[in-house]
Amino acid sequence: MADRDERDHTTESESAQDGKKRNGKPSKGFSRRQFIKGTGLAVSASVLASEGLLKAAAQEKTPGVSGPGPVPVRLRINGKEHVLRLEPRVTLLDALRNRLDMTGAKKVCDRASCGACTVVIDGRPVYSCTVLAIDAQGRSIGTIEGLAPEDKLHPVSQSFVDNDAQQCGFCTAGFVMAVKAHIDKHPHPTAESVRQSLNGNLCRCGTYVGIREAVLEAATKMSRKGGRV
Amino acid sequence: MRAFEYGNPSSVKQAISLLGSNWSEAAVFAGGTDLLSLMKDSIVTPGRLVNIKEIRELHGIREEKTGMVIGAATPLEDLYDHFSPRKILPALLTAIEGVSSYQMRSMGTAGGDLLQRPRCWYFRNGFGLLARNSKGQPLVPNGDNRYHAIFGNQGPAYFVSPSSLAPALVAFDASVRIEGPKGMREIKVAELFRIPRDAEEREHTIAPKEILTEIVIPASAHNTRSATYEVRERKFMDWPLATASVALRMEGRQVRQASVVLGQVAPTPWRAEAAEKALAGKTLDEATATSAGEAAVEGAHPLSKNGYKVQLVRVAVKRALLAAIA
Repeated sequence: MADRDERDHTTESESAQDGKKRNGKPSKGFSRRQFIKGTGLAVSASVLASEGLLKAAAQEKTPGVSGPGPVPVRLRINGKEHVLRLEPRVTLLDALRNRLDMTGAKKVCDRASCGACTVVIDGRPVYSCTVLAIDAQGRSIGTIEGLAPEDKLHPVSQSFVDNDAQQCGFCTAGFVMAVKAHIDKHPHPTAESVRQSLNGNLCRCGTYVGIREAVLEAATKMSRKGGRV
Repeated sequence: MRAFEYGNPSSVKQAISLLGSNWSEAAVFAGGTDLLSLMKDSIVTPGRLVNIKEIRELHGIREEKTGMVIGAATPLEDLYDHFSPRKILPALLTAIEGVSSYQMRSMGTAGGDLLQRPRCWYFRNGFGLLARNSKGQPLVPNGDNRYHAIFGNQGPAYFVSPSSLAPALVAFDASVRIEGPKGMREIKVAELFRIPRDAEEREHTIAPKEILTEIVIPASAHNTRSATYEVRERKFMDWPLATASVALRMEGRQVRQASVVLGQVAPTPWRAEAAEKALAGKTLDEATATSAGEAAVEGAHPLSKNGYKVQLVRVAVKRALLAAIA
């Protein structure tokens, strides 16, 4: 899975490298590398043709349409603007992790099923593995990195520490972001609303009891400080 | 994911112009919760995505003379926030609540719930909607069919319709508006779904160059007592095993007219006509609810591993009926 995703991002640079001769020397005879490259090209050509992409590429650009190659993408993450060149197929999660070195959101299922990649967009928790980066433009994206800007833990994060709400920790960033979105919307959560709010995140270590305690404690702390933190 | 073009139109008309005449050319892109996963697994490989979330008129809920109109790109969480405090149309509210998780409701849209593709694991693993092997033989009847259909499964389709909202919308006799190159057409939600006859046909009657723009719930829906009951293996993050949505026109304790629609048990939302007939004119109590549940499973054809769903349907219908009048 990781290999395939890396390829998603490096398509442009890889193909640029493929065009160059290795070490500047013309290659001799027939090589395995050339064979694989040749087969790959033939396969991609048929795939492209079947998808009608070759036709599209040969035509003038359609107004209102971008890609399939890299295009400028402007993202506002934790209040800061970032401009990247990304293919439309790049997910927000891959842009965060592989291009912006924000590795707090984790890639686990990559199919909107586990919650480890949860970030908050315009106040709502979303699975960043299933949001296209190009589609997150013009919106306010909040990640775990934005919760502790001055090395001081956010009340939600602190409550996770205080309530032993993590074991291996791989799901934690996703949980914290889902919890923050929930408390921002419902400053006085109940035990039942907490269960509901966490229903999109999985913890395979099974630390749910601690996590639920942490949410209630964080909400109390935050409401004492007057709501949103 | 294979590379694709990304179209970002600001009007329905422009969006339609960016769609293609077959599914491999372009796909309508809203919440993306289903589409992007299908694309990552190369189950669908559209050359272009046409984002409809920037089209303003596809968002929100408004009242028209004919009834409530829901924009197809309205996130399910907006619907939840609208319905939940008002406690209206409970059959639909329960169905919306059932779409968990919180993240899924924040991303997923009303139209997307109706148009999501089946969860059949043969389909999701590349064996096609009709789940056939390389010799064209169906894999489901002798395979692992524990989550497959018990109605409408006399071939060639065995998958179940995954939509959470559709059974409730069918029970309310709701419609959808669909725009295409030739203008707008309005059809019943029930007519949006079909059992595909061959490998070329999809389970929805919408064409590649059309966009589902609005859902219309007739004003008469407000004069019903309604409920949805979902039987689940997992409380969250999964589709139910069987559901029943009921909408009843009552005169006191007596049922004047009943709509009973089953979900997750057939390739389409499945109307339980025998149950509806069994209820008409009856006083609704535990005994009549139980008989309606029994009538609802008439004509069921369980496969080798999903006989348990027959009992789930009996229970779901009975409990939905009793919840509607509680």
